[in-house]
Amino acid sequence: MKITLNIWRQANAAAKGAMQKYELDDVSEDMSFLEMLDLLNENLNEQGEDPVAFDSDCREGICGMCSLMINGQAHGPEVTTTCQLHMRSFKDGETITIEPWRAEPFPVLKDLVVDRSAFDRIIQSGGYISANTGSAPEANNLPVEKAKADRAFDVATCIGCGACVAACPNGSASLFLGAKITHLGSLPQGQPERDTRVVDMVAQHDHEGFGGCTNIGECTAACPKEIPLDVISQLNKDLRTAMKHGY
Amino acid sequence: MTETQTPATTSDAAGFFTLGDPVADTKAPAEASVPTRWEERKSHAKLVNPANRRKIKVIIVGTGLAGAAAGATLGEAGYQVESFCYQDSPRRAHSIAAQGGINAAKNYRNDGDSVYRLFYDTVKGGDFRSRESNSYRLAEVSANIIDQCVAQGVPFAREYGGLLDNRSFGGVQVSRTFYARGQTGQQLLIGAYQALERQVAAGTVTTHTRHEMLELITTEDADGQTHAKGIIVRDMVTGEIETHLGDAVVLATGGYGNVYFLSTNAMGSNVTAAWRAHRKGAYMGNPCYTQIHPTCIPVSGENQSKLTLMSESLRNDGRIWVPKKKEDCAKDPRDIPEEDRDYYLERIYPAFGNLVPRDIASRQAKYMCDDGRGVGPEVDGVRRGVYLDFADAIKRLGRDAVETKYGNLFDMYAQITAENPYEVPMRVYPAVHYVMGGLWVDYDLESNVKGLFVAGEANFSDQGANRLGASALMQGLADGYFVLPYTIANYLADSHERIDESHPAVVEAKKSVEERINHFLTVNGTRSVDSYHKELGHLMWEYCGMERTKEGLSLAIEKIRELKADFWKNVKVLGTAESLNQSLERAGRVADFFELGELMCIDALNRRESCGGHFRAESQTADGEAERIDEEFAYVAAWEWAGEDGHMPVLHKESLSYEAIEMKARSYK
Ligand SMILES: Cc1cc2nc3c(=O)[nH]c(=O)nc-3n(C[C@H](O)[C@H](O)[C@H](O)COP(=O)(O)OP(=O)(O)OC[C@H]3O[C@@H](n4cnc5c(N)ncnc54)[C@H](O)[C@@H]3O)c2cc1C
Ligand code: SF4
Ligand code: FES
Repeated sequence: MKITLNIWRQANAAAKGAMQKYELDDVSEDMSFLEMLDLLNENLNEQGEDPVAFDSDCREGICGMCSLMINGQAHGPEVTTTCQLHMRSFKDGETITIEPWRAEPFPVLKDLVVDRSAFDRIIQSGGYISANTGSAPEANNLPVEKAKADRAFDVATCIGCGACVAACPNGSASLFLGAKITHLGSLPQGQPERDTRVVDMVAQHDHEGFGGCTNIGECTAACPKEIPLDVISQLNKDLRTAMKHGY
Repeated sequence: MTETQTPATTSDAAGFFTLGDPVADTKAPAEASVPTRWEERKSHAKLVNPANRRKIKVIIVGTGLAGAAAGATLGEAGYQVESFCYQDSPRRAHSIAAQGGINAAKNYRNDGDSVYRLFYDTVKGGDFRSRESNSYRLAEVSANIIDQCVAQGVPFAREYGGLLDNRSFGGVQVSRTFYARGQTGQQLLIGAYQALERQVAAGTVTTHTRHEMLELITTEDADGQTHAKGIIVRDMVTGEIETHLGDAVVLATGGYGNVYFLSTNAMGSNVTAAWRAHRKGAYMGNPCYTQIHPTCIPVSGENQSKLTLMSESLRNDGRIWVPKKKEDCAKDPRDIPEEDRDYYLERIYPAFGNLVPRDIASRQAKYMCDDGRGVGPEVDGVRRGVYLDFADAIKRLGRDAVETKYGNLFDMYAQITAENPYEVPMRVYPAVHYVMGGLWVDYDLESNVKGLFVAGEANFSDQGANRLGASALMQGLADGYFVLPYTIANYLADSHERIDESHPAVVEAKKSVEERINHFLTVNGTRSVDSYHKELGHLMWEYCGMERTKEGLSLAIEKIRELKADFWKNVKVLGTAESLNQSLERAGRVADFFELGELMCIDALNRRESCGGHFRAESQTADGEAERIDEEFAYVAAWEWAGEDGHMPVLHKESLSYEAIEMKARSYK
């Protein structure tokens, strides 16, 4: 396949960026999207041009490191991560535009690489169950209804990639936040801190500069793990309950 | 300093190494019986007063299961923890990718499991090349891990009654594996990550993401003993070279499977942290012990950047076969009648069938393909794939049940290959997956460099020459939550010299890092880093992969040396040191892989026996099974770095003896 690429180049966080055009001739459709970029980088290196910086690590769709806006869609046209996208999803001769996640709380560091440490700070504010090592009771002393355990698992699969934020016109991280609130709130172990957790995490989310949710649903459409929109309802419900409890 | 002797001339690797003094683990209380050793060690290890802990700084490199668990636990105990990882968040460490599950001797199935049996399976699975004391402790603490994870909110699979579910894994006859669909590693790591972030909020842990460790800082005490004092790291965004000093250093930096270029490891997985420590005196244990996982998606083309594992749990229900007749290999598998299929694992190993240990399943797949009965596209004239077929399982359990158990794995397979595994059998082939080798540690997980602790896959581990499925997650969390926090206190309880940034050891370490970076950026050669890495990987896979020979390994050493020399003269790295520069990061990693690769080949050449994942063609039984040579090789090979080119590594042997289990030939027939 022949592909034309339009890629955002930006030397560093302070620099002004711009789109730049590249041509690739020998792309095979069995290549992953990132292998296609590896090939571009090999070519650029040969020509003495600085390779394009982009994030990836596991290349298995699980670590959440990869992050590209492909033709205006977070992680591209399929419901998957950028690293699991293959060139067979594109046509010979196609022009593909590649940009970094665009959101104020995710500043660009270089080219397609952004800083997502805001997500870690949201988790620090309450995204855990306090259980010091060594203090845990025997695991089967606490049965968990299968339906609740399954629900917790389904939303715990969030990989923290940030596609939901990149896709949201408001730059909201409500899907990410709702997934964590729902994961921990579905489990009996998560009850003691349920109220403080939601209040503190929402405060941190807003403090980081993420926008509010207006139920557009772009987040869940872009989410590679198909985190459902109802986690945001759960988030709002938990927040109201906490308020009622006086938090 | 160690006294070195003349080389052992009887070794296949004569001329490549010298023999040093034997080494021994002195920390496991030998007077206690194997099952009581850990209790004994814990009861007598020195403690640090809680008021003093906050004055003590522990550096932890790595935020996978081992590093995150250790960081959270030491933070909870009140130490100051500095945590490092090369990804943009601790949650992305490669432990996240583990699919299948984690073992624990809970005996919830009432199927005869016990601590002893898990211990026995680990030692047998490791082909009697692991240390009994360590393997026992691993089995002993395994049950606590599950309790801890459940308390943190890890959503393990459950039964309708609300209790925890289990599945079976290869190499064992009980069902002791806990899992969270096909994402067990992710869920366990998120549990540990959240515990770590909780400590960040509490002020005990500071995380440094996008920071890569490039050097270990060591000093010598009055007795000539080397101690770890800190690390040099590069801020991967600004390029700044930073010094971090501490009272102890923990390396939990994962495995080095990427020396093969193609592996199931993450793109950034590297040996640099461990290798830098090795060059500063830490012994490398059994570097040639590599695990090749039998069920990965086959290589599809030249530009492939990594391989994807299909969890071993699939072998619970999937049946492995190849056509009996070569002429059937290109056919649609659904058109090959039952009688023309060779379910070779079930045929050769009736007792374990498709659930034989990984090394055996891998080697048999290679033999089938070498025999011309492989399936899938031809790569270099050979079809390298075997079928993993779910048709029977779907018939027996129904499609929904299969989907519930393995849905995400099937989706992943379909995404990568564009084939539907519910309809057509999966094609799989072995790939490098895990390394049992790593930095040598004693029972306390302390290296021979004092104050340097090594946890998780980065140490030479409790797994011997082969690891059983679902035991690496267990080891990472055992080390991080339940072992290291006790043993590190024993070191920290004594007072040790503290140094500052003006100390010559710091100045020297920093300078060497800067010079190396400067070298890469000024060579101005013609070849990319990746092209060297690929070539090295090919050599390793060809000669130090599933089957190794004296001839092949000797040739590999020569070729690696040539390639390495060329790399230093001819590599092309663009960009600057003061910015995010991914080629520069890779150049440093590949430089260390060259040195590691050479040592792996020397280790493999010396070990003229077959054991676990290390198969020397010269050492096999009449029916092609691995043949150990206990009289000669019942030892851990702990290698000491002797210097740059021309200096031969020094081999220190730690002899292995078995008290609790009788050493015998491993058989799964
Ligand atoms: C695809 C796959 C599936 C697996 N499935 C299973 C399974 O089902 N069950 C099982 O038991 N095991 C499984 N394993 C093995 C198991 O996942 C690993 O052995 C284990 O998770 C390793 O954990 P770790 O904490 O030692 O290292 P890792 O999780 O690899 O973490 C390494 C850490 O070190 C950091 N690091 C590395 N180098 C540097 C450096 N130079 N500077 C700074 N930081 C650095 C990284 O950033 C990372 O944080 C699987 C492995 C793979 C690859
Ligand atoms: S909710 Fe989905 S899109 Fe958002 S961070 Fe999690 S996995 Fe990514
Ligand atoms: S690189 Fe890990 S999810 Fe894409």
